[in-house]
Amino acid sequence: MDIAAILAAVLAPKLVVTVVVCTFYGAFVGAMPGLTATMAVALLVPFTYFMDPAQAVAAIVATTTTAIFAGDISGALLRMPGTPASAAYVEDSYAMARGGRPRTALFVSLFAACIGGIIGVAILSAAAPQLARVAARFSSDEMFWLACLGLSCAVFVGGASVPRNFASLFIGLAIATVGIDVAVGHPRFTFGINDLLDGISFIPAMIGMFAVAELLRNAETRDPVRLGRLKVEGLGKAVAAGWREVRGRKINVARSGIAGTVIGSLPGAGADVAAWICYAISRRFSRTPERFGKGHTEGMIDGGAANNAALAGAWTPALVFGIPGDSVTAIAIGVLLMKGLTPGPQIFSTDALLVYTLFGSFFLANLVMLLSGTLAILAATFLLRAPRSVLMPSVLILSMLGAYAILGSTTAIWIVLALGLLGYLMSHAEIPIAPAILGIVLGQVVEDNFMVSMMKAQGDLSGFFARETAAFLGVATILIWGLLLVRAGLELAGRRPAASSRETNT
Amino acid sequence: MKTLLTTAASAAVLALSAVAAQAQCDWKPERAVTYIVPWGAGGGTDANSRMVASMLERKWGVPFNVVNRTGGNGVTGHSAIANAEPDGYTIGAATVEINTMHWVGLTDLTYEDITPLALVDIVPASVLVRKDSPFESLQDLLDHARENPGELTASGTSQGGIWHLALAGMLNAEGLAPDAIRWIPSQGAAPALQELIAGGVDVATPALSEGKSLVESGEVRALAYMHDTRMEALPDVPTTKELLDSGWTLAAWITVSGPAGLPEEIACSYEAALSELFATEEWAEFKASRGADVVSMSREELAEMLRTSNVALGETIEAIGLAK
Repeated sequence: MDIAAILAAVLAPKLVVTVVVCTFYGAFVGAMPGLTATMAVALLVPFTYFMDPAQAVAAIVATTTTAIFAGDISGALLRMPGTPASAAYVEDSYAMARGGRPRTALFVSLFAACIGGIIGVAILSAAAPQLARVAARFSSDEMFWLACLGLSCAVFVGGASVPRNFASLFIGLAIATVGIDVAVGHPRFTFGINDLLDGISFIPAMIGMFAVAELLRNAETRDPVRLGRLKVEGLGKAVAAGWREVRGRKINVARSGIAGTVIGSLPGAGADVAAWICYAISRRFSRTPERFGKGHTEGMIDGGAANNAALAGAWTPALVFGIPGDSVTAIAIGVLLMKGLTPGPQIFSTDALLVYTLFGSFFLANLVMLLSGTLAILAATFLLRAPRSVLMPSVLILSMLGAYAILGSTTAIWIVLALGLLGYLMSHAEIPIAPAILGIVLGQVVEDNFMVSMMKAQGDLSGFFARETAAFLGVATILIWGLLLVRAGLELAGRRPAASSRETNT
Repeated sequence: MKTLLTTAASAAVLALSAVAAQAQCDWKPERAVTYIVPWGAGGGTDANSRMVASMLERKWGVPFNVVNRTGGNGVTGHSAIANAEPDGYTIGAATVEINTMHWVGLTDLTYEDITPLALVDIVPASVLVRKDSPFESLQDLLDHARENPGELTASGTSQGGIWHLALAGMLNAEGLAPDAIRWIPSQGAAPALQELIAGGVDVATPALSEGKSLVESGEVRALAYMHDTRMEALPDVPTTKELLDSGWTLAAWITVSGPAGLPEEIACSYEAALSELFATEEWAEFKASRGADVVSMSREELAEMLRTSNVALGETIEAIGLAK
């Protein structure tokens, strides 16, 4: 492929304008709690019908890239993660913001996201077919173990003790059982309410358990630090500090960029799982694991780099086999088909220019994100001039509107309120929230793949180890679970290791 | 002779005035119309419906707002269409699931709760195997399944979903047990195709259009197309009509429909407008870009198709033991 032709295609004015506009759009949608990257793309679909194929793909890529980063903005400033991919490290970024460094926290996220994204697309453009070969080996057995590994990560996240993390995870898994049973189609815990047939989505769950719970806790305090204005540092200082933090963690960025891309390319995983696994790895190999969850940048860098890298990874099965890796690429494939383009290995030869324009727009979007991300950070921190006792309820009302809009029914608002109360009670019991969100996100994936595997093997449990990759993942998962159970037992017996000393979770 | 002519003339006048009294067919919407799609953005139903909506919008000069009311395996969106006010300001894309959901006990909604206006698309099923599969033809596959019932597995959609009925119905029609190839439910065609190429299942029976890219790239072999005529984009794939004694075929379909009780005047205006749009070059190009054929059916034919399809799908669901 001619480099000049690709550059000309990527830097065509129409494409650049599309990318710039879509990064701003993505930043706005991602920063609004209750609106996700997937929704941002779904709302974009009617517009892509009037674009040429390269432009349509660039629009989708630019929107998701910034939306995933922007999910960190509301997470850091208001403890309302904009996307589940940001939920892994929200306690860290929120603690940092409350400590008077909101902009630094956000620039750390922005730089990590940008570099992670570029690593992701570099791997995608160099090795998409090879990555897709790996992904093609994943049947329900492998996906089951991968999701289990993802769940185990919950136990590493947050500063709380292992039993408390388990408790939170199981609350999330219990919530995930609501709705039509994926395997046999039987409705469970829906109480005859049609709106519950699809289960409780993580959007109202995140708004409720993080935001409403935080509001309720604020309501019982007169603490000016919690209710008043956040201190905001100068822009130059924040950029410099943010860059210093990220530069000092080159290994984390590289590790999570690569791991994020690979995890993102696996079916059924995606950016959420990538962020959680990389955060957990980060904590496991950190020299200072006890500082995680209290405003430490290390996990934020790992998680932030991983989720943006995973976005690129998710395109591999989509491009190579025409099988979407996540909901965003599912929509993207629909748009490509609409344009008369069929994804698959042949697209690399028949529509090579389009594929390389896609990679080019990924690079471009990650760079333009530095600009639109900075403006989004400025705009968001500008809002912090309002006292938080005013700001938080206003944002909450907006995000409840968002939740209402998704379901188109008032049931969504009741779900938000009920889960808000649950989140409030959990925080009183010092049970962390984040693992519950992971449980809600992954519960259905675990169950679906477990049931499918059981049906394939006709109830024979050894089926989970019958395939090579599955056996490897299964043994690894069981080893990790064994270690965690031993650790939980030790903690419950009162010999709490220093590394996981309980944080106050405020 | 004169009498005969007079009689004929008066009969013609009577017939004309009867039509005129029935409906002028010149109703048009004066404000925005909501167009409900029970399935997600970017899918086949969504793409077709958005195209129809934008063409209606240009024809009548009022906005047609497409709303994706997904969820509950289609129950949510179909209920929204059926429960809307029958005033022509809410229409939607009712799909084949209107004739399956009630048989498996998901909802009480049937085709009698909607007014079909036009047929938009027909999406026939396929029989796909992995490239290294030992089965070279549909007959090989069926013979093996007949001798080893329950050994092979297939996937494509949820339990009782339309692609499940495609497989089980074919087995049933060919005199095999409907579960001679066991069904493994999936959340749609994409995860089922993933299972197929990963070696998790032996067969997949999604729409041929959904497996087209894998067939073209050689990852997957298409043994059959469950339709009367071959697909233009994949002319080498034989049809079940050619291959099977039973002549079994099965296709999903997409309609434009309104709620039941839509006044004749509004219904025939929609029919006239849609049949005009479906005859345009623009629609033909759109269908060609998706590798699909332009289909057309009058409202009466469509209503009849809905009735017969409902009975046929009900029999299949009954035969495979999923009826509730």
